[in-house]
Amino acid sequence: MLRIRNLDAGYGKLRVLKNISLHVDGGEIVTMIGANGAGKTTLLHTIIGLVKPMRGEIDFIGKTCVRGAVGKMVAAGCSLVPEGRQVFAPMSVEENLQLGGYILQREQGRAAVLKELEHQYELFPILRERRRQLAGTLSGGEQQMLAMARALMSRPRLVMMDEPSTGLAPLIVRDIFQIILRLREEGNTVLLIEQNAKAALAVADRGYVLEVGKVIVQGPAAHLLANSDVQRAYLGRDKHT
Amino acid sequence: MSLDLFFQYLFAGITYGSIYAIVAIGFNIIYNTTGIINFAQGEFVMLGGMISISLLPFMPLPLAIAGAVAITMVIGALMEICFIRWLESPSVLRMIIITIGISILLRESALHIWGESIRSLPYFYGNEISAFTIGSVRFSPQVLWVIIACGLMVIALSIFFKMTPVGREMRACAANRTAALLCGISTRNMVTLSFMLSAGIGALAGCVMSPITYTQYDIGTTLAIKGFTVAILGGLGNYPGAVAAGILLGTLEAFSISVVPLAFQDAVAITILLLILFIRPHGLFGSSEAARLKDF
Repeated sequence: MLRIRNLDAGYGKLRVLKNISLHVDGGEIVTMIGANGAGKTTLLHTIIGLVKPMRGEIDFIGKTCVRGAVGKMVAAGCSLVPEGRQVFAPMSVEENLQLGGYILQREQGRAAVLKELEHQYELFPILRERRRQLAGTLSGGEQQMLAMARALMSRPRLVMMDEPSTGLAPLIVRDIFQIILRLREEGNTVLLIEQNAKAALAVADRGYVLEVGKVIVQGPAAHLLANSDVQRAYLGRDKHT
Repeated sequence: MSLDLFFQYLFAGITYGSIYAIVAIGFNIIYNTTGIINFAQGEFVMLGGMISISLLPFMPLPLAIAGAVAITMVIGALMEICFIRWLESPSVLRMIIITIGISILLRESALHIWGESIRSLPYFYGNEISAFTIGSVRFSPQVLWVIIACGLMVIALSIFFKMTPVGREMRACAANRTAALLCGISTRNMVTLSFMLSAGIGALAGCVMSPITYTQYDIGTTLAIKGFTVAILGGLGNYPGAVAAGILLGTLEAFSISVVPLAFQDAVAITILLLILFIRPHGLFGSSEAARLKDF
């Protein structure tokens, strides 16, 4: 579904990503783990079209990504849940979701948006309760759910999530990961970026480890969990005790 | 001061205040989608007045006004498409300088087309000497037109922003540009639209005020300063704040006549602007929390 070859990207003269290659197949949860500043967010921004690649190719369902064409990427079925949630704070929950359905409304009309809205309310019942509330007044976990629901409103084929667990209480983090699993059951494909390596590898099928802009290890999630380098760097030494 | 005189000043204040409020709302619309102050906003008001005056010999008044608003909207859109749209991630300062350049361009073009003469639209109802009387206070019928037109514009705008999908998308751009992009909304089109919208309401204000204040090629500058004062006073980007601040500034100006000579009227606005910038740069109704996050 998504295939990236020899990608270099960055800001101005600063090269953040160096020679990245990865692929995500339909129906998978793929996770990319790495420390702060490893280039995880830059990678997602490059895929969605917010950052222009310097070299290499990004191929999404046969379409090559170009910067400034975020709208086209979303319309093609690629959707990003941004880091830090980025909800439309002064607008109501329902308005946030309707805005997420912008592309859907344009292509399939209002009825499709209402139907999808209903679907998201089933997936996130708390959002239905809070539908009239301003998004800025929601708790962190609720805002994260809203950001996810908003991204799902465009009925994407690939959902990319940028650190959905950051800053949330452990119980809420568990809920968020449950929802990610449920998304796969519904046939979605997920590219998940996380610092919480343990939780991310627990739900993912495959994983990549990114370090200062390079993929250093990759493989099935179970292998990464067992890999001693990954354990030392990302999972904490005393994991087996 | 007698009670009659008090109400006379008050009405004059509200009239001018509503005009300032409309100019300020124009500033706010563009500020909200782009984060810049469009210093050509006053020129939109001038163009509205001038174009409607030029159209008037060929068509009835309502059509001339509608035509002027439409033409000014096109000018606003062209301005954005030609000078701002193609810039690759421009800095706020650069865009502001561009709008100042455009305002000079528009003013000088107006000087070439219409000359220095002072023009005006006729009164929409009655004429210069006809007057309404409420109690013992007399005021011109055009004053009502100005207040009604401004009131209707505010109502129409709030319906547009609250109820329509396009209005919602524009608010989304204002609230979080990146997130709006991620929803697939073309933020560039929203910026063009915001220039059209503020050009349109500026032009309409220019038409309704023309019979009272007259229109000349350079009225835009003063209006831009007054409108900017009001926008800052009300808190940049805050529409109800702009209305309240506009009426406040208009009233202060009107009452200042009873204390200082008429010639100092503009100085009052500028003094207020300086005071706010020193004391409350986030405006009377803006929050200082939010102001800290803004570019300026």
